[in-house]
Formats: sequence, C-alpha cells, structure tokens
Amino acid sequence: MSAATKTNAGLYDCRDAFSKTLEALAEADERVVAVVNDSVGSSKLGGFKKRWPERLVNVGIAEQNMVGVGAGLANGGRIPFVSCASCFLTGRALEQVKADVAYSNTNVKLCGQSPGIGYGELGPTHHSIEDLAWLRPLANLVTIVPSDPWETEQAIRFAAAYEGPVFIRVSRYPVPALDHKIDRIEPGKTEVMREGTDVAILANGVMLHKALRAAEVLAESGVSARVVNMVWMNPLDVEAIVDAAGTGAVVTVEEASVRGGLGGAVAETLALRRPVPMEMVGFPGFVPTGTVDFLFDHFGLTAAGIAAAARKAISRKG
Amino acid sequence: MSLSTASAPVSGADRIDLVRAKALNIRRSAFTMVHEAQLGHPGGDFSAADILATLYFGVMRYDPDEPRHADRDRFIMSKGHCTGAFYSVLAQAGFFPEAQLKTYMQPLSKLNGHPNRNYLPGIETNTGPLGHGLPVAVGIAIAGKLTAKDYRTFVLTGDGELQEGSNWEAAMAAGHRKLNRLTVIVDRNRLQQGDRTEATNALDPLDDKWRAFGFHVEMIDGHDHAALLDVLGADPSGRDKPLCVIANTIKGKGVSFMEDNVSWHHGVPTDEQFAQAIKELI
Repeated sequence: MSAATKTNAGLYDCRDAFSKTLEALAEADERVVAVVNDSVGSSKLGGFKKRWPERLVNVGIAEQNMVGVGAGLANGGRIPFVSCASCFLTGRALEQVKADVAYSNTNVKLCGQSPGIGYGELGPTHHSIEDLAWLRPLANLVTIVPSDPWETEQAIRFAAAYEGPVFIRVSRYPVPALDHKIDRIEPGKTEVMREGTDVAILANGVMLHKALRAAEVLAESGVSARVVNMVWMNPLDVEAIVDAAGTGAVVTVEEASVRGGLGGAVAETLALRRPVPMEMVGFPGFVPTGTVDFLFDHFGLTAAGIAAAARKAISRKG
Repeated sequence: MSLSTASAPVSGADRIDLVRAKALNIRRSAFTMVHEAQLGHPGGDFSAADILATLYFGVMRYDPDEPRHADRDRFIMSKGHCTGAFYSVLAQAGFFPEAQLKTYMQPLSKLNGHPNRNYLPGIETNTGPLGHGLPVAVGIAIAGKLTAKDYRTFVLTGDGELQEGSNWEAAMAAGHRKLNRLTVIVDRNRLQQGDRTEATNALDPLDDKWRAFGFHVEMIDGHDHAALLDVLGADPSGRDKPLCVIANTIKGKGVSFMEDNVSWHHGVPTDEQFAQAIKELI
C-alpha cells in the first residue's frame, strides 16, 4: 500500500493513490504529463506541480480545450493524464472525449475525479452518476472503476503502460484497503472477492465495500452471496457475468444511475447469454442534496439495501 | 529520411507556379470526387484549395513515407467536412495513391465523409464536429515546447466554425502560452451552411478578436499564392505570439456559378454543371 495515505479512521482517499502513483510514473518517464482545468487541488496534484511545473498543463476552466489539448499532447509523444471532476470531464467535454480521444484512438488517460455523488451537498450539477452510461458505448475507451487505493494505483500504472485511451474513476469517498488475492489487475478480468452460491453481487468502486458487507449480512441468515469486483467496465468480463448467473440471481451495485452503467451492461449480457432474475442498486435519477453517507442511506446504497435487493432477486428465482 | 517540403527545392516564381498548379489539381480532383459520390462540400473545398496547396507544396515539412515522424510539421483540418480538398492534397503529396480518391464516401471506404487518422496516413486527428481542431493543435504546440522541437503546427478552421466556443477556449490558452509555432488559418469565405456568417452570428471584427486573445494577425487574400507563401512560410522563431492568418476567400472559388453562393456549401453538381466547372478549372 505504498502509494496510499491512510486517514485517522483507517480509511483512504483514492486521490492520494492517484497523485502519488502519477508522481512516481512522472519521475521515471518524462513523457508523463498532467492536464487540468484549474483542478490542481481537487486532483491533489500540488506535489506534481511543484516538482514539474512545466509538465502540469493547466488550461483554466475550459474542459473542451482541456481534452483537446490532451489529444494534442499525445500527438506530440507525451502521455497525458487529463484530470478533472468527472462531471465536467465527461459531461462538458463529452464530444471531445468521443471524437478527439475515443474515435481518434489517442493515447490519452482521462481521470474522472470525485465521481458518483462524491460532491454530495453540491447537488446534481456536480454529481457524476451519468458518466458510465455516457462513456460505455464509446469504442476503444478502456474504462476502469477502482475500489480502493491499491486498485487505483494499479489502474494508473496500467493506463501509463497501455497505448490507447483510458478512463479511470478516482473516488474521494473514504474507503478501507481491500484484501486482494491478485498481484495486478488485468484488462477485462474481474476478481471474485467472495465465493457464494445463492446470489451474485456485482459491484465496483466505492460500492464494492458495501457489497462485501451485504454478503456478511446475508450470511448471517444463511444466504450465500458471491461478490464480484467489476473493476473493468470496458473491456467487460462477459464470462464472469454469465458465470455469476449460475447462482440463479444477480444484483448490480454502482455509485451511478441505474440506467446505462454497470447494471445496464450486466442486463444486456444476461439477456443475451443467460437470463436470470436481476436487481439493480444505484440512483434512480437526479439526487437531492445531502451528505454522501446520507444519500447512500436514502437510496439504499448500503449493506442492508443491497442485502434486501439480493433477497428480492432470490425470491424471483423460478 | 530527413523531412523536407514536398518536391524539389524551388523558389520565387517557380514555387508560385507549382502551388497554383497544385491548387487547380485540388479543385478538379475534389469536384470529380463530389460529382462521382454525389456527396460532399465543394464550396468549402474550393475556398480552401489555395491554402492547402501552399501548405503542402510551399511551407510544411513532412515525409509521406514516415507520416508520424516526430519532427514533422502538423496540419489539422478543423473544417473536417471539406475532405474533397483535404484528401486530394494528401494524395498529391504522396500519402496515399490518387487512385484511392475514387472510393470517396463509397461504402466501407477509408475516405470517410470526415477524416479519420486511423484510416489514412497524414491525418493528425479525427475532425468533423466543428471547433475540435484548434484545441488539439494547441496541445501539439505545447508538446513541441515541452520537448524543445522546432516543428510547426497549422490548423485550418472555417469561419462559421468560429461560432463554436471551444475555439476561443483554445485561442485563450494559445495566447497565454505564447505558442509562437502555432498558426491558425481562418478560411474567411463569409458563408456558413445556411447563410452569410454576418447575418447568422457575426464574426467581425474578427482580426480584433484574435488580437485580443494574444495572436499576431495577418489578413490576406486567401487565393493569392504569393501572399500565402510569404505569410505562412515566414520563420516563426522571432515571434512571441501565435499567428492567425485570416485568409479572405470566396466559397466556390474558381467556378463562376458556384462563387459566393451558399447553396454550394454541400451542393452537388449535375453532369452538365460538372462539365462546365471542369472547363472553367484550367
């Protein structure tokens, strides 16, 4: 866990893993540059800026230009990490992400900071619960949703080494470090975090932690739940999804809209390959104001809410 | 292989003659493609033809056999709909065989309606939606500064296209960073798809706008090969600002019934119109 900074509560802000990993990469490879929209602080890139002021390209509050500049830097042989609040990176600059990065297939690394409802009280303009649905149809764009500091570090290292466009969600919500059984993440390969036979819970990002707690809750009442870490949105681990349906019931959990994101991807896969009862846990639409934890509770993005969804899916088995 | 401007070194009157001949070829080739495909944007192809011929046959440093050479000058066709002219100049410059132009917009052709860098050599970025070229060009120019390379970056925008706000985000950054090896060329034909620019969402005073964003501005006749060679070919080393060349052009330039006529934005010719145009393009 070298790249992470633990908080007093034993929890981690994945932005620390992001910035420390990026600095380590920049130290080793002069091609690594950062591109921001006045988001040095919110991306925790103050240290990067201090060490390499020339390689921290701050275009000001101009996200369309920011993404285009990223594509241009890649053209000039740099490895740009374009870092900005996910809501603006994927919303304001969506056409640049589509045309300049995904369709042009350029070597740009898009880092969506504080995604989901990370900016709780600031409201839906600053929430980024639509990003996964917006980006999922974009061919070429590798999309990663890390759940903890180790996975965030892995995602950043993968992105730097990979030749092509990548989008990574970088969460600010405090999370513990998970007990991973793999040495490194591999494209399109999920990690089964817990084995189970009655239901499979497919989750990623911050929600993976809550899914694991839900599995514990279910175990107390004798329900065996598998928990699968869907860290790769693209490429999608289709076989792991089909395999999960072998339990007879599937629940998806994401810090995102229930329309078009992880739930949509899993539903498409199951409809084509192995239909089973399925429930989706996520946000139904624009989210009201509130602290992040209040909003998770309010919409059932909790261990109890996930467990209830799992029981409902199980009850629908034929 | 070292990079050089296409064709053997020539100067003065010979260079102007070469560019004039290439521009004529671009117009004839582009209009042939549009006629055969019954698709395209010939008005803008013709207003840009002299600018493209000047860049590729009088100014830019490139090697069609090594199209992604790290030291190449970059050209970005931000007005990506004008592929008739763009593909024609790339083929003439040797990036792909001229015979391939016959496939323009045919099913599964690499000559898509808008350019794709992964289909054809010589294309830097996929354009089509307007206002995308300049931000990418700014990034290329920043990369050039970071790596201390002396390549130049050129971007050709339409004039109506400048109504897209992303251009001005990029212009602000280019001026702020004094990207002196960046050149924006505005194909100022004063017509956009539906009407005159000034009747739609006025751009003038356009030179003042670019100056206010930190550019050195040159206003020239965009069909004057000598002026184009002079302004675009000038060494940027002594300049501490990016350059904006407002090239005053005529949409449909070179064909009497097309000139300054908005219907030729994406109008396509009948056989009779095509024959008449080819007669005039000599």
